[in-house]
Amino acid sequence: MVRLLALALGVASFAVPVQANDLVTDYTLDNGMQVVVVEDHRAPVVMHMVWYKAGSADEQPGVSGVAHFLEHLLFKSTDNMESGEFSATVAANGGRDNAFTSYDMTAYHQRVASDRLELMMRMESDRMVNLRLQEHEVATEREVIIEERNQRVENNPGALFREQLSAAQYQNHRYGVPVIGWRHEMEALSLQDARSFYDTFYAPNNAILLVAGDVEPLAVKALAEQYYGVLPANPDLPERARPQEPPQISPRRMTYNDPRVAQPYVTRSYLAPERNPGDQETAAALTLLAEILGGGQTSVLSQKLQFEQKKVVYAASWYNGTSLDATTFDFVVVPVPGVSLQEVEDAMDAVVAEFIETGVDAEQLARIKMQLRASEIYERDNVSSLANRYGRALTAGLTIADIQAWSDTLQAVSEEDIIAAAEQVFDKRRSVTGWLMGQEEVTQ
Amino acid sequence: MIRYVIAFVSVFAALPAWAEINIKEVTSPGGIKAWLVEEPSIPFVAVELRFRGGTSLDAEGKRGATNLMVGLLEEGAGDLDAQGFARQSEELAAQFGYDSHADAVSISARFLTENRDEALALLRLSLVEPSFPEVAVERVRGQVLSGLRSSLKDPDKIAGKRMSALTYGAHPYATAGEGTIESVSALTRDDIVAAHQGALSKDRLYVGVVGDITAEELGPMLDQLLGALPETGASLPGEADLTFGGGIDVVDFDTPQSVAVFAQPGIHRNDEDFFPAYVLNVVLGGGGFESRLMTEVRQKRGLTYGVYSYLVLRDQANVYMGSVSSANDRVAEAIDVIRAEWAKMADTGATPDEVEKAKALLTGAYPLRFDGNGSIARIMVGMQMDGMPVDYIVNRNDLVNAVTVEDVNRVAKEFLDPDLLTFVVVGKPDGV
Repeated sequence: MVRLLALALGVASFAVPVQANDLVTDYTLDNGMQVVVVEDHRAPVVMHMVWYKAGSADEQPGVSGVAHFLEHLLFKSTDNMESGEFSATVAANGGRDNAFTSYDMTAYHQRVASDRLELMMRMESDRMVNLRLQEHEVATEREVIIEERNQRVENNPGALFREQLSAAQYQNHRYGVPVIGWRHEMEALSLQDARSFYDTFYAPNNAILLVAGDVEPLAVKALAEQYYGVLPANPDLPERARPQEPPQISPRRMTYNDPRVAQPYVTRSYLAPERNPGDQETAAALTLLAEILGGGQTSVLSQKLQFEQKKVVYAASWYNGTSLDATTFDFVVVPVPGVSLQEVEDAMDAVVAEFIETGVDAEQLARIKMQLRASEIYERDNVSSLANRYGRALTAGLTIADIQAWSDTLQAVSEEDIIAAAEQVFDKRRSVTGWLMGQEEVTQ
Repeated sequence: MIRYVIAFVSVFAALPAWAEINIKEVTSPGGIKAWLVEEPSIPFVAVELRFRGGTSLDAEGKRGATNLMVGLLEEGAGDLDAQGFARQSEELAAQFGYDSHADAVSISARFLTENRDEALALLRLSLVEPSFPEVAVERVRGQVLSGLRSSLKDPDKIAGKRMSALTYGAHPYATAGEGTIESVSALTRDDIVAAHQGALSKDRLYVGVVGDITAEELGPMLDQLLGALPETGASLPGEADLTFGGGIDVVDFDTPQSVAVFAQPGIHRNDEDFFPAYVLNVVLGGGGFESRLMTEVRQKRGLTYGVYSYLVLRDQANVYMGSVSSANDRVAEAIDVIRAEWAKMADTGATPDEVEKAKALLTGAYPLRFDGNGSIARIMVGMQMDGMPVDYIVNRNDLVNAVTVEDVNRVAKEFLDPDLLTFVVVGKPDGV
């Protein structure tokens, strides 16, 4: 397959590299905690991460932002550590640490010299079970997350617009609620809210340990058993069954005016299927579809709208199938001055319709597949990003087998699969279209 | 035939738990110098090229020419138009990045060993034979203008721009390298061609290469890739005359959270007090969660999501800067706390414990930077531009460790100037 592809492109075929799979070892501790080790022995550095299968979409109604708020509070006191001691210890050992929260997961990570791995495990396993929340710290940190929301969202009309679009796309699922939370609910988040989320979701049987770098899998296993393996599983861990979207039978449209917008644009999203265990073919086709339609300079939208019709400064499409529940396929088109939002929206629709008529350019598909194969080589230069890919997928309900089958699944996608996926997803009745405009913009 | 000047240094070898990085200094038959790390374990090569000068080379009245030129390098070269160039790089799975900033034009490339010759030929075309087709100039100009319109309404950009205007006087640093809507609109294709001649010349070139390639292969490759560039380019601007008013400059902008940047005179990398100042900055505002500013402004008072300080080391100016964002009704307090911490540090200095922790952070974090072929190539180019020897990597942590708490506190007293510390605030700040 590779060889044929390469020959067809007139490119020297490259020796198939060591598969990324060979770098990855995984096992499960007796208490249900999954462990994944990614080896890279070029430098004596390690990335230590714990991922929880708990994100903002696992929150109860009314406490939006609590998953992210708790993430902040995990840097405060535990029974064995002072407030701030975790990060201070990482820093004193020459490391860097941080954390992030998304819809389907929360992750904590440290990058340190590999001989400090045990210390990281000792501290990270401690705060998995021994968090000691204190009222005054909760109150101050709530101010911090409000300022974080100010910085990321309130000061950014594009971010405010995206929040509204998601809320329009997801009317019943928690993906419609921002990860950072709605401001009025954030202001009311309490110690008890954070504690409740912690008690429900922070347990070894809901966590994944990911270690990437200069480590031996067996040594990691021994340490993991020592520090994480002794923690009790939570027998009451809830099943991740969130409210799902009802069938969308009517297109949704919204406009947002904000005087801080200098460059108006149009967005379009469609509800789309995600990768599921043992069933990733449609998601693979959609991944390639997004590349073909709007992945870069030579994509269909750029070619037609930017180069031929000269109606846009920028056009793109994207799709992220790594999601526990239904995801979206997205477009954005940014008009050149003098072209109206209606005109670029119509032009975008026409290009997509024409694409479905005429089909996939075989050479373009071959180029994209070639780049996907090369990205596996480039990724070996950055095992942290490889580990992140595993973390995202595992917390989105996929298995190691699914992750390792993904690149072959992508390579197996045919031109017909892509058109079929486009026809399945691009149904106006399941769409949300948004116009972002400055104050003075005429809606016509 | 091939003259190699190869210095072999086993970096980190003597230290526990540090990687060994063997840097070879290579000189091509045509005289182009490069630093190379042979890393054959993954079949690809990362190349980092930097040309000193960057957007500061823009000719009088042609602000934005270098930036627009760099944006056009991959938009048509040799016989290829923009789409043809993109298609070829996609077929090769080669990745080229072209960027410009106030002191340099930088090119980052990576390509598979299998496609090395084809990828380099394509990269060469974009550097040596860009064609700057009129149609591409108009298209990319449109993109740049779109970005400029957006930055007029972006509080972070407004703050940075205002601070530069206040600080750098008549120097090119005082204005944005992207230019203005007026200056970019007026640029002609001839201006772009001149900017290319001025900015990409061999006498300002620095090269770092890491990956699946040997020193023997690299020499001829460098000549092939870069040999046809002009010997010399436009003249560099002189040193900037810096001005700091010491007050608070408010730019009125209707947004809920004020964005503030602050600045005072900085310190030169070759100053004998540079390392004490470097450690001092970690204690004050550069060290992440543990810094004094972060502790006082974020952890204790919840006034911000983040407050940072950093030493800005430019070719023609050194500034000590920082940034913070707070709601309009709280930013005044954040500014008061920052100024008070500045004064307190100048007065009473850091504790021995703070200095030791800062040194541990700096020395421990240093090897973490060498975390991939591309990053190592970038670090090596930066070192060359700063005139550092190959063995700086080995000695750098010793220089940090030699800093004493007395050094830090002496420098804090001399260097920190709470009265000159100048703030720019963008927003609707209360009580400022």
